[in-house]
Amino acid sequence: MRYHRWFTPWVLVIPALTWLLVFNLWPSINTVILSFTNAKPIGGGTFVGLKNFEALLHDEQLRWALLNSVIYMVVCLPFLTILPLLLAVLVEKKLPGITFFRTAFYTPVVASAVVVALIWQWILDDRGLVNGLAEKLGVISGPLPFLSDQWLLLFSAISLTIWKGLGYYMIIYLAALGNVGRELHEAAAVDGASTYRRFVHITIPGVRGTMILISILISVSALRVFSELFILSGGKGGPGGRDNSVVMLIQQYSQGFEGNLGYASALSIVLFFVTVVPMLLLARMNRKAADA
Amino acid sequence: MSIVTDPARPVAVPEASGTAPRRRKRGTFGFNSLSPTEKVVRYVLLVFVLLITIGPFLWQLSTSLKGSGEDIYTRIPRLLPSQPTLSHYGEVADTIPVWDYMRNSLQVAVLVVGGNIIGSSLAGFALSRLQFKFRRIVLGLFLATLVLPGEVTIISQYVTVRELGLANTLFGVALPGMIGALNVLLMYNAFRSLPVEVDQAAIVDGANVWQRFVHIGLPSVRGTLSVVAIFAFIGAWDDFLWPLIVLTDPDKYTLTVGLQYLSGTFSNDPRLIAAGTMIAFIPIVIVFATLQRFFFKGVEEGAVKG
Repeated sequence: MRYHRWFTPWVLVIPALTWLLVFNLWPSINTVILSFTNAKPIGGGTFVGLKNFEALLHDEQLRWALLNSVIYMVVCLPFLTILPLLLAVLVEKKLPGITFFRTAFYTPVVASAVVVALIWQWILDDRGLVNGLAEKLGVISGPLPFLSDQWLLLFSAISLTIWKGLGYYMIIYLAALGNVGRELHEAAAVDGASTYRRFVHITIPGVRGTMILISILISVSALRVFSELFILSGGKGGPGGRDNSVVMLIQQYSQGFEGNLGYASALSIVLFFVTVVPMLLLARMNRKAADA
Repeated sequence: MSIVTDPARPVAVPEASGTAPRRRKRGTFGFNSLSPTEKVVRYVLLVFVLLITIGPFLWQLSTSLKGSGEDIYTRIPRLLPSQPTLSHYGEVADTIPVWDYMRNSLQVAVLVVGGNIIGSSLAGFALSRLQFKFRRIVLGLFLATLVLPGEVTIISQYVTVRELGLANTLFGVALPGMIGALNVLLMYNAFRSLPVEVDQAAIVDGANVWQRFVHIGLPSVRGTLSVVAIFAFIGAWDDFLWPLIVLTDPDKYTLTVGLQYLSGTFSNDPRLIAAGTMIAFIPIVIVFATLQRFFFKGVEEGAVKG
């Protein structure tokens, strides 16, 4: 039995639904439509068939971008699934001052990627903190080109992403740790299980579901990387444009007289498939693990 | 998505008085108390992680305060400036209209926060507390869009905004993010945890939908609502790619785009860039530090969960 007029819920839902249709669903469809055109940033555009998709096959920068994305994901995954869990265990106990530490660890998440990338740019500069210290300690004789070498630049950006993500995933784990049975921990402690054994046999299985969710989040955000690489490379995408990510390429084609929204849309479709694959794989793993 | 309830939190559990002291006497410690050694180890680790997470910000702050005559490239890094000065903050304002950029960022953030608080709480309430036809389908639509990374549709979103005549405007920057699908789902989840009986009692008392929303619904979801607001603010303030695509006129830049502009065009003095980054960083830290207890309370209510 209903206690309101039929249209009341719709009045409440309409604003959100409008946004969903205009800024999510329609753009999804329109991306596919645009990818068959040569639309320009200022407007216009005509149907060009599969031309954009043919161009994708010969795009050398895209090949580098895809390789970079895969490396990004593969390196980020282990670090960002394990380290934040250890951090969460560290800040779980309510010690005096723990709120301060939790908040402080979360600070890099709150800061804009642009801000932290500019900070790292200065730290990794040829004459910056890291090179200065390393030379002082005699580890290296000349400065390491963190920001101008193709691979060093990529790995600098990856480290930045890992550093910035620690607090974010820590908080998600922290919420999950609250659900891990305390009784189990207590029983194991009474039975003389070491902290390490309790971590491996109680904590990890207890947060398994969260871990898989987090792996999906890490993979997808690694494949979507933009600001870190963009700022660290000074907007140029590294030597010969070999440090671009797919999103950086999309951004490049979105602007200026050389811009081509049709091609950018074709790149967006590539990005969609690239992000969906790890999502499906990890979701499958989750189901299998749940069945076992 | 489930609500994170944690009855096992130490604070909520009354100490089982008899057993814990007895154990301590025998030299072993109750589960909640830590041995002095473990405490020390924990604090050492906490401070170590603190240095890693906060260190770079302090270094940047220090650089921004170092005088122009001071050697910032020295091999023996000095955290404390020997000639502290605030002059670089003024220099930033002389180089780029940084206060205008801040106002622009604030405008966008306020629009996004306002839109999300209103839009997502209304929709979340209707989807969780009211029965209507196609409710499940609407809910499914919101869920389905979560699979789609925002960057995939960013180009056609730009086309939409351009066709609305909002390209190169701050309103165009704010508009698409004003009601986020994820926020609608978070609010839906929060409203759902309220027992149905409360609603029924209110209906018996003759409360209409609006009264139930304002007097019963909203007060019970303050935690989640503040998380939605905090994240909306941070998201809008920090966003870079979208304003970079929408805005072409340097007068209209938001802080992040303006900073990139500063570092790309005038990147001669690291002190200047450092001062610029601090101008963008300090407000967001203040906002977060002030609101962090709502944030962590919201986390415990389960608001932060994919």
